[in-house]
Amino acid sequence: MDDKEIKIDPLKQDENNLGFNPADYFCGERPKAVTPVANKIVRKFYNWAQANSLWILAFGTGCGSIELPPLYTARYDVSRFGIFPRPTPRQAGVFIISGYLSVKTLKRVIRSYEQMQNPKFVLGLGSCTVNGGMYFDSYNTINRLDYYLPVDVYIAGCMPRPEALIAGFNELKRLIKEGKAEGANKYADNFDWYKANQKKIIKDWDLPEYNW
Amino acid sequence: METVLIKIGYALASLFLIFNYGLLLIGFTMKIIARVHGRIGPPIWQPYIDLSKSLSMRTAIQHGVMYYLGPVFRFTGGVGLYLLIPAVFGSVWLQNFSFSGDLLLVIYFIFFGMLGMALGAGESGHPFSAMGIMRGLAQTTASEVPFALAVIALAAQHHTLSISQIVAAQQGGIAHWNMVTNPIATIAGMLAYLGMMMHSPFDVHMAPQEIPVGPPTEYNSSFLVLLQSNRSVFAAAKLVLFMNLFFGGATSIWEMVIKTFLIFEFCVFVGVVFPRFKVEQSVRWLLQVPALIGVLAVVIYMV
Repeated sequence: MDDKEIKIDPLKQDENNLGFNPADYFCGERPKAVTPVANKIVRKFYNWAQANSLWILAFGTGCGSIELPPLYTARYDVSRFGIFPRPTPRQAGVFIISGYLSVKTLKRVIRSYEQMQNPKFVLGLGSCTVNGGMYFDSYNTINRLDYYLPVDVYIAGCMPRPEALIAGFNELKRLIKEGKAEGANKYADNFDWYKANQKKIIKDWDLPEYNW
Repeated sequence: METVLIKIGYALASLFLIFNYGLLLIGFTMKIIARVHGRIGPPIWQPYIDLSKSLSMRTAIQHGVMYYLGPVFRFTGGVGLYLLIPAVFGSVWLQNFSFSGDLLLVIYFIFFGMLGMALGAGESGHPFSAMGIMRGLAQTTASEVPFALAVIALAAQHHTLSISQIVAAQQGGIAHWNMVTNPIATIAGMLAYLGMMMHSPFDVHMAPQEIPVGPPTEYNSSFLVLLQSNRSVFAAAKLVLFMNLFFGGATSIWEMVIKTFLIFEFCVFVGVVFPRFKVEQSVRWLLQVPALIGVLAVVIYMV
């Protein structure tokens, strides 16, 4: 019908006649690293609570997400370890990158990851997240996940079975309890490096710098 | 002055009791649902861990003043509702602030938190929040109709708008309970209760698969703590209300615990057996079957 191209820069106000204020929806601020609570007992209690209530963001990025339904259902039932699926990034704390990650999905992954609240953890599932796996020479997938997001635990294999995932969760719990799973702060501290890597691979960058 | 302080102390103690009871109830229910699914399920103290974990989040984003106030209104609705209902009949400290017209105020307070949440979630700007709110309000409004009719039937039966007097009239054995003396109003009330408890088949506004978690999609960290606390207080308050209205109230804490637990399990078991209604189906069902039963219950006392 009307092939006039409309360009919207979400970070600029007024110019686009949007009828709403984009500053309400997007934010130019950079993420800040937040130091954990100073009091040792409170910090230990918080770490324990974090470790025993892991909410997984329900976002299957690749073929590995087929391993998640058996985890939640009767056969493996991870809810007995305090692990639950959570559909919204605002409330979720664990992001499982399940398998290969195409450049198109990477954009959505970055957006979802940045919307999660600190502390947040990333689990790389499958060989594809380690070195590209069987897609190592694909034109459209990334090879190393930790160039783009801080990864806490890798679970190698193609595909890792649900038992391997549970082992990965136990490893993650150990790291959280020891206070070593500080991915969110790492991301904030090395923000420029991560952004440069992300922009190198995503050619049509149309995201705000940071999606709170 | 001293009596005011004592009353405040009683109210806090009463809230503490119901808050913990509500959390344990949710934990126990998660376990029961898991067993029905053939799973082991989380430990029953899991809601406490979830609460501490939400509290321990280091950042919290917010979208404006109303977004802040939404969970506050919701929590106020839950606490206000509970504090107007006498939890244990004859108990001094669990009498709460019940007075002669509390039944009317209680009907209002059930809806109050929902409206506050609608404003707060609306400001978050998330389309799923708005969808959840629309569905939730439609369904709650529909379930209010049979509930209000059942309450009117009870008020006509006992010639009072005071919950304490309705409970007092039901003392003296199971034959005096409204469940026996006014079964039609009880059926209407308990079917409306299914629509209010946000369990399957009436949980479409929380629809975890299609619209993430409905109204609280954008709520996180300490905002979520308020909503989680409200979930326990509000659920327990509604259980106490239905126990008082239809099942003879309670004269001790243990009686209250057993009765409210059984009332809660009614909606849990219906939930695990029946699949979810769509919102237009649930509204149509609530306005047809329970509402007509409620009209019948009122008409019986009119003629």
